[in-house]
Amino acid sequence: MAGAAPQGASRSEIYRGNGGRLMLPVWVFIGIFLVLPVLLMAIYSVLTKEFRGGVIWDFTLAAYDQFFLNRGLFGDEPPTVEWTYIGIFWRSIWQAGLATVFCLLIGFPTAWFIATRDPRSRSVWLFLITIPYWVNLLIRTVSMKFLIRDTGPLNEFLLWTGVISEPLSLINTNFAVQLGLFYSYLPFMVLPIYAAVERYDFSLSEAAADLYADSWTTLRLIILPVVKPGIVAGCILVFVPSLGAFLAPDLLGGAKTFMIGSLIEEQFKGAAGNWPFGAAAAMILLSIVMGVLLIHARAQTRGDG
Amino acid sequence: MKTFLTTTALALGLATAAAAEGELKIYHWFEYIPQELLDKFAAEYDVKVTMDTFDSNEALLAALKAGKMGSYDVAVPGDYMVKIMGDEGMLDTFTPDEMPNLGNIQDQWMDVDFDPGRKSSIPYQWGSTSFSVNTEVYTGPLDSLGLIFDPPEELKGKINVLDTSGETLTLASLYAGIPQCTSDRTQLKALNDLVQAAKPYWASFGSDVAKDVLVSGDAAAGMIWSGFSAKARAEGAPIQYVFPKEGMIVWMDNVVLLKDAPNRDNALKFMNFLLEPENAAAVTNYAAYTSGVKGVEEFLLPEIANSPESNPPADVKGVFVQACPEEVQVMYDAIWTNLKK
Amino acid sequence: MATTDLRRFTGFRAITILCLVVLYAPLVIVAVYSFNDSTSITRWGGFSFKWYADVFTGPDAPKFRAAAINSFTIAIGAATCATAIATAAAVAMNRAGRFRGKTASLALINLPLMVPEIVTAVASLIFFITIGFKTGLMTIFIAHIVFCIPFAYLPISARMQSIPDMYEQAAMDLYATPWEAFRLVLLPLMVPGILSGFLLAFIISLDDFLITNFVKGAGVETLPTAIFGSVKQGIKPNIMAISTLLLGVSVVFVTLSWIIGRAGQSKQ
Repeated sequence: MAGAAPQGASRSEIYRGNGGRLMLPVWVFIGIFLVLPVLLMAIYSVLTKEFRGGVIWDFTLAAYDQFFLNRGLFGDEPPTVEWTYIGIFWRSIWQAGLATVFCLLIGFPTAWFIATRDPRSRSVWLFLITIPYWVNLLIRTVSMKFLIRDTGPLNEFLLWTGVISEPLSLINTNFAVQLGLFYSYLPFMVLPIYAAVERYDFSLSEAAADLYADSWTTLRLIILPVVKPGIVAGCILVFVPSLGAFLAPDLLGGAKTFMIGSLIEEQFKGAAGNWPFGAAAAMILLSIVMGVLLIHARAQTRGDG
Repeated sequence: MKTFLTTTALALGLATAAAAEGELKIYHWFEYIPQELLDKFAAEYDVKVTMDTFDSNEALLAALKAGKMGSYDVAVPGDYMVKIMGDEGMLDTFTPDEMPNLGNIQDQWMDVDFDPGRKSSIPYQWGSTSFSVNTEVYTGPLDSLGLIFDPPEELKGKINVLDTSGETLTLASLYAGIPQCTSDRTQLKALNDLVQAAKPYWASFGSDVAKDVLVSGDAAAGMIWSGFSAKARAEGAPIQYVFPKEGMIVWMDNVVLLKDAPNRDNALKFMNFLLEPENAAAVTNYAAYTSGVKGVEEFLLPEIANSPESNPPADVKGVFVQACPEEVQVMYDAIWTNLKK
Repeated sequence: MATTDLRRFTGFRAITILCLVVLYAPLVIVAVYSFNDSTSITRWGGFSFKWYADVFTGPDAPKFRAAAINSFTIAIGAATCATAIATAAAVAMNRAGRFRGKTASLALINLPLMVPEIVTAVASLIFFITIGFKTGLMTIFIAHIVFCIPFAYLPISARMQSIPDMYEQAAMDLYATPWEAFRLVLLPLMVPGILSGFLLAFIISLDDFLITNFVKGAGVETLPTAIFGSVKQGIKPNIMAISTLLLGVSVVFVTLSWIIGRAGQSKQ
């Protein structure tokens, strides 16, 4: 990462020979309680489902077949591509992508603005932006639900000012889900960009100005490469949790359309009771996320080298 | 590792009290039992009562299947779910001498087909599932399920439906005149088309919100259970509960003794306690349904006993939801997923 | 020079203010309405503390009290364990030179951040069911430690990177054992970083809904799951009061971590 810690400190070998031992708790905890469960989930995704929840230990690809292939309502038509679940995934990716774009559009100027204040007021601005980041996500989502409901304060206010004559139907729409995702993860976008901009040495742009670069050229050629890691980190921090989000679609979207999160949840907690299918959907989600992260990691190593 | 964790947890005061005497764990529908009644039981028998809640029969089953068996002592499934749970081997049985108040059960609820002779369950409350309409928004005739499945202009986009496939698809079947658990392709196709066509007019899916959306005005019509609708009306919603000419769902919820109950004795005490007319009436006064216990009348509040929701006209048809066999159920599941995709 | 000052893009201030309005409006409105005297949540009926009284003495009070106790115990316990594990890992990564599996270790620490929450939730549930580990407080506690580790690690490792190892070198030149050098020299210097890591892990644990909802056992609720259960039946004024109280807790914590951060900087 750009502008890492002072050399020497991070390369210290003062406790040489103890690395493995010190790392053991991490391996034990994350290994046993995350890696192992994910592997087990991968196995579950190729097991036979038991009616109304549970699995039978017979291997089958039925869950993936159900995900990708459409054999008609009665399961005996020639298979065609099943768009239902791909559609649910696509909609979730689209929603998460839109949320990321909106967060970036609002988050970048905000981060830039804060990072370029003088140190005293900068800390006040930063303080203000950090508070919502520390507030419980559920509470923030519930607050948003309250604000935008048909008879809620936002509509009352707009009606009172006369901007609208009929209450806006915001709740239980895709727009509400979008707003919820944007609102939930906006601080995740601001903070990494802020960190990158803060490290930026403004004498560089002054030098550029001395060489008659206009401000947009400076932004594009000099600043953007420096703050790009922050932007990318911000985008990932918004996109990944948005993709598997559960609270915003459930509370703001009226649970009307499945998103990835609710589709998976339904298999384990709702009527569907199809565990292998839930595990398969979770595996596909995990693959998409890991794919995104891998592309990011490769781009980063290429950038460093 | 486990020992280490347990020790750590103990050190932090985290560990739950071991399954000691004097505990009872209930898995119950939300907003279905008054806290005072739980407190009364707790005080009378010196038992610590904890309760978790669910919002559909299917959610109850899913939770029990997903590792919660052996955690709860009693649960409160509806009629067809009692049958399913019995078939799944999730229920324990009791003998009549373990349940002294068994004779308090009304005769018509004693020998029910989902638990013949009441060996694992006792009646809790019974009622119906239909829908309610805000009469300030819609002033037309209130007599048909078409108001939900083929709504008039005033109600479009202002309808909440229950977020459970069992009840929603059964009401849809009643409207379309399709028998339950059918494996007939044309009928299933028609059912699928019906709900697909109706979905654009529905604002939201929610069971636990069913009352609130009507009270707050977020929805102008909504599928709802009879007593829940009565409570919404009591909270000021200008609504009327509809007895549709196509028929409605009738159900009975039952307290069942779960297999591997950690506190079986207390579970039996609790079930017996609920068969006391005074206590059964306390539930009815709170939840606004109808009890299946003899002799509750003298304890009932008049507005509950005479509520229009609990006293349907004689000619309305009521059906119980049926538990479908697996090969049929998968098709209903497919219709449901298709609906919410 | 001033003509191209990139610190002054026009419109950025307006966007920042918009950003803050969007972030704060819902919270402020809920806080205001939590003092509403009316039972109807949308009509204003005068100022009152009655919903706060309701939180502590009303019919739902025992439920929320139990949930709050669970939430805070789990958050303190999980944050403590995660902080200890993360500190050890930070020493290994920053102070122990090369060792086998170092790159993999870093990936492992960050894994909980990369796996979507719903996937972790499902995988954990499947795991606990398969090994027959009964879900309860314990399962929540374990799951929370796992996802708290990377959050504790980030500030701790960042702080450790910024401390040169000459102090420990000096101590060891004076015949301190590595353990003594760590305990007596590095650890005191690390206090602000460790506290930040702890606070972050604490708040992340307190925040979690999805994973907790999957792995919680019978009769066990945390504040988020209890609030969610209640909100599903409609937003009631007592929920607004609880939300406002939790909002207060968050503000206290940000302020705390702010002060700690300041102290850390001034010491350098």
